[in-house]
Amino acid sequence: MSDINTPMLEVRNIKRDYELPSGFMKPKKTVHAVKGVSFKLERGKTLAIVGESGCGKSTLARMITFIDEPTAGELIIDGQKMDTRPGHLTAEMRQKVQIVFQNPYGSLNPRQKIGDVLGEPLAINTSMPASERRDRATEMLIKVGLGPEHYNRYPHMFSGGQRQRIAIARALMMNPKLLVLDEPVSALDLSVQAQVLNLLADLQDEFDLTYVFISHDLSVVRYIADEVMVMYYGEAVEYGTREEVFSAPKHEYTQTLFKATPKADVDSIRERIAKKKAASAA
Amino acid sequence: MALLQIDNLTVEFETSTGWFRAVDGVSISVEKAEVLAIVGESGSGKSVSMLAVMGLLPWTAKITADRMLFEGKDIQNLSPAERRKLIGKDIAMIFQEPVASLNPCFTVGFQIEEVLRIHLGLDKKARRARAIELFKLVGLPNPEERLNAFPHQMSGGQCQRVMIAIAIACDPKLLIADEPTTALDVTIQKQILDLIMDLQARTGMGLIMITHDMGVVAETADRVVVQYKGRKMEEADVLSLFENPKSNYTKALLAALPENATGDRLTTVSAFFDGNPEPASSAEISGVTA
Repeated sequence: MSDINTPMLEVRNIKRDYELPSGFMKPKKTVHAVKGVSFKLERGKTLAIVGESGCGKSTLARMITFIDEPTAGELIIDGQKMDTRPGHLTAEMRQKVQIVFQNPYGSLNPRQKIGDVLGEPLAINTSMPASERRDRATEMLIKVGLGPEHYNRYPHMFSGGQRQRIAIARALMMNPKLLVLDEPVSALDLSVQAQVLNLLADLQDEFDLTYVFISHDLSVVRYIADEVMVMYYGEAVEYGTREEVFSAPKHEYTQTLFKATPKADVDSIRERIAKKKAASAA
Repeated sequence: MALLQIDNLTVEFETSTGWFRAVDGVSISVEKAEVLAIVGESGSGKSVSMLAVMGLLPWTAKITADRMLFEGKDIQNLSPAERRKLIGKDIAMIFQEPVASLNPCFTVGFQIEEVLRIHLGLDKKARRARAIELFKLVGLPNPEERLNAFPHQMSGGQCQRVMIAIAIACDPKLLIADEPTTALDVTIQKQILDLIMDLQARTGMGLIMITHDMGVVAETADRVVVQYKGRKMEEADVLSLFENPKSNYTKALLAALPENATGDRLTTVSAFFDGNPEPASSAEISGVTA
């Protein structure tokens, strides 16, 4: 069933509509958040999904992680077609996919100790004794670059980068095969962002993880992605390998996106300063 | 004479464990028609030092400075009434969260007209006309209708345009933009930055751009101040900063940009501090240029 050649994740023409509540004398309105997206993702690879807010990239992430049920389309994970109807998903299916959210300040329970955050998935899904759960949690803390001394601390005692490490550790507790990262570094400072991106690269090698990486930052995408998909108003307007998309963007929106990204290289600064001088002289 | 000159500014907050120094002896000056970028990560004191200039810090903050001059006049010991006359008129600020910095209870038209009424004393008709003119200037479609909209009826980018319109309403001599585009999408960020830079070039006002994004610095600044943990690490014109950074911290920041990645790994800032993940104090960082 799951030999090395089957893609880790295959999405076929997936759709998601949201119905807005109708008011008095107001007809029902449907928002097509995702309008039929298809892709295949090989094991151990990273797919980056890029787009502006409201383009449906987070909705797609929610469908892949079974938080939202797709309106139509198929979701095949590890060669197995997922029955996404409520009540039809088994715990085994859910274990394969985990998610890391954007805001590490909002995604951790402030009243739960870090050890309990990491132990909870094991307590719910396995019959592991408490001592073993504790060992596994401590082990995972070390893997994500924290220490055993952090086990009994609360989320408010950590910085943003450390919290994101905890969120990543929590997602890895059930040994998932596919990790969905919803803007994992956009709330972090540049220096911390580099650390978390390095950690993600290390973990991908160590656990043979497949990533779906959602971001709006093209420089991060260029660094981490193998394949890139650009979404615009619920549709995938561009999809290809990193080299294809970055060297020759086909769709108009992708080109706009590239143009809008600030460039931090010396040549573009020189060009800008020269332009400014010319303008002030004129 | 510099438009704004601050010498040796220190801001401290009292905490349960004693006084915490958020800004530690920072000196900044901005000339007329100059764009100064202040770069640093969160906690570097970049916003706090500008809030101190605006007098917007809570009373619990202890602000000391050798000199704090705006157009040669002392602004450190202004009475509240004198300060209110200056702030919002000659010195204006754009904040990071556009939706949060507008009052949700009033229409955006009321909020922009309030500035015109208080600072310029325009009558009702003139206020309306000027408000429409400003909305056109910042590129809001249908300005007449938009004046009656509430902030929640507008997108983040539109709210930021309203904030900019309010900030430039009285033709300020100095505009302080505190992370004006961090909450916005890349395409919208581009539009807002273009708008601010265009206004700056047209009016010749001084501009202080507070940001953590090196890309924004590269695209806007004439001169750059790099701050870290409340201290100034480096000051240079934008080209020499990117070409030939002097302080180790700036080098680390530039190396941490994903587009500057060499091979498979990103250089982290901590790699520049001998494997010490969090540098204990900024005093340990060598190569500080004053």
